[in-house]
Amino acid sequence: MKRGVFVWFFLCCFFLSFGFTKKVLAKDKIIVGFTVSQTGKLNAESKEQYNGLSLWKSYVNKQGGIYVKELQKKLPVEFKYYDDESSKERVQQLYVRLITQDGADFLISPYSSGLTASSSIIAEQYEKIMLAIGSASDSIFTKGYTHIFQIYTPASRYLTGSLDLLKAYDPKAKKIAIVFEQSNFAKDVCTAAKDYAVKHGFNVVLFESYDPGTTDFTSILNKVAKKKPDAVIGGGHFSDGETFAKQIFEQKIRVKLVSLLVAPAVPKFAEIGKSALYVTAPSQWEPKAKFSEETAKKLGVPWYGVSGDWFVKNYSKLYGETPGYHAAAGFVAGLVLQKAIEDAGSLKSSKVKKALEAMDLMTFYGRITFDKGDYYGRQLGHDMVYLQWQNCDGKLVKEVVWPEVAKSANFIYPYYKKFK
Amino acid sequence: MYAWIAALINGILVGLVYGLAAIGLNLIWGVMKVINLSHGAFIALGMFCAYFIFHFAGINPFLAVILILIVGLILGMISYFIVLHRVLDAPELSTLLSTYSLSLIIIGLGTFIFTTNPRAIDIGLGSIGIGNIYIPITKILTGLFSILFTIVLYVFLYKTWTGKAIRAVSLNRAAAEFMGVNSTFILSLSFGIGVGLAMVAGCLIAAIFPFTILSGAVYELKSFVICVLGGLGSPIGALVGGLILGLLENICALKIPVGYIPFIEFVILVIILLVKPTGLITKR
Repeated sequence: MKRGVFVWFFLCCFFLSFGFTKKVLAKDKIIVGFTVSQTGKLNAESKEQYNGLSLWKSYVNKQGGIYVKELQKKLPVEFKYYDDESSKERVQQLYVRLITQDGADFLISPYSSGLTASSSIIAEQYEKIMLAIGSASDSIFTKGYTHIFQIYTPASRYLTGSLDLLKAYDPKAKKIAIVFEQSNFAKDVCTAAKDYAVKHGFNVVLFESYDPGTTDFTSILNKVAKKKPDAVIGGGHFSDGETFAKQIFEQKIRVKLVSLLVAPAVPKFAEIGKSALYVTAPSQWEPKAKFSEETAKKLGVPWYGVSGDWFVKNYSKLYGETPGYHAAAGFVAGLVLQKAIEDAGSLKSSKVKKALEAMDLMTFYGRITFDKGDYYGRQLGHDMVYLQWQNCDGKLVKEVVWPEVAKSANFIYPYYKKFK
Repeated sequence: MYAWIAALINGILVGLVYGLAAIGLNLIWGVMKVINLSHGAFIALGMFCAYFIFHFAGINPFLAVILILIVGLILGMISYFIVLHRVLDAPELSTLLSTYSLSLIIIGLGTFIFTTNPRAIDIGLGSIGIGNIYIPITKILTGLFSILFTIVLYVFLYKTWTGKAIRAVSLNRAAAEFMGVNSTFILSLSFGIGVGLAMVAGCLIAAIFPFTILSGAVYELKSFVICVLGGLGSPIGALVGGLILGLLENICALKIPVGYIPFIEFVILVIILLVKPTGLITKR
């Protein structure tokens, strides 16, 4: 009997010491956990976001890692990630696993507002800091979460700049048609755009949604043609946005401005040829956007991280393609986490959270500062840029046309000019 | 007025495409009594075949249809022997599950190889203008090809010995075998033709709409509605079902929000199932 007790005692001591040792060893690296949509409908955007994050990891690890003052040493970053299959249910299971079994110190959100909303619940329950990338929805930040910090400009400010652009170039243009995908993100964006339009004297002649996965927009476009608007704004994600732009061109809808979400910001949009010409879009970031140390100085905020040129050059070298804003946001999420850990000098969530609250800096992606009020964690500092597809020596290129301070080319107006 | 005419023309053209997408499913369902859940995956494969033929060989989808039909036919016949032959006489759930597994394999591999990145084929044929209405030439060609394939399939099924054998197997497999018909070959051929037509539909759809590896699912769902509307085993029925759906989507959308249209479509589906379950054009 006594022998049995001894055996149990030693076994307990062994496992306890093993667990303790493991915990101490874990301090030799910073584990960042997240899921990637390696399969399913969000695969394309999610993969680009992951590429951006991976580039940041190699950038930070080449410097020896992130300096943690409390430990008096630099710790390298290690990723722990799984395929979420673009599914909300998988996201919740996997984020629990990342926290409880894989010992993730910090979390990065999956791609899309829907999946981020699911993972936010888990991050909040376990009080883990999570940087939300690929998620623009405002509604996540109305739930009282205190550990989620957004990298994207929120949906409520996505399309408002398109209306400012229209007003600046043609104050007489008043009739707006808003056509959008029936998804959380697009609905948030377009409802906010509608409110903004009404407030600024525009007449919203059509406000209509379509099912995700819609491929034929002719019926909606017939309706748009009937209302004779000056501008069509809306869209949703890549696939529908690309189709929508193609069919506006094919049906020769005579509007002065076409501004769509997501699709025109992706380089592959040029694939639809002349249909892409003069289409405008909000973008979180563009390789031609001019955010630099000088911009930071002008605004009186500190500059942090790499230059836009460095990012574009290294990303293109590594992945053989020009980065879009999904990739840029992935890299910047890493930078923001790095800066917050350095400022906090600790890996404790409570201290890093305070560092994020106090953060106000400029990166190649734009300004970063977070809301500390009712919409705690929502992005405040970052603003959208507006791009337009233009013709440059017979080749379609994206140019930043709005706001004036960030523009790389003049805005070409009206859209229907290309029908001539 | 222009809006109504535009809706009518577009409804017909889109309806013809829907009809073509449904013909393959209709044939397999009607002849083999198999609900082919891999139909959407084969439509997506057809889209990708068209895309790669266009980008690497420079052949536009309207010229590539015959090649894609042959590829689909062979692929379908091989799939039949791997996936369906052994379970054909098992309860219906077995064929449902085996074709669903095939769909999962195709979509899974497709996602891994092609990713879910949307792709598009820009042939740039322009539009034809009638007053203020502009109709893309690619859409007109797609409509014409849909009619052509329906006629060819109709002639094949009703005027050739093999076509009559397919119909005989669909009516009574045992009796057809007594008459010297090799039912295994005929069934594999039917599945091959069904898959070939699905891939042709994918090829033609790719010429007018951008797509991803997941795009076939939309047309698969519509195809089920069309099969019920038009009746099983009849190519003309599938085309008529497609036209009804296309016109419904376009004309109703002028008066009601487009979000309500799927609801109307499925209400009609339920009514047809209750009132005339054999479809509007019943197979003789």
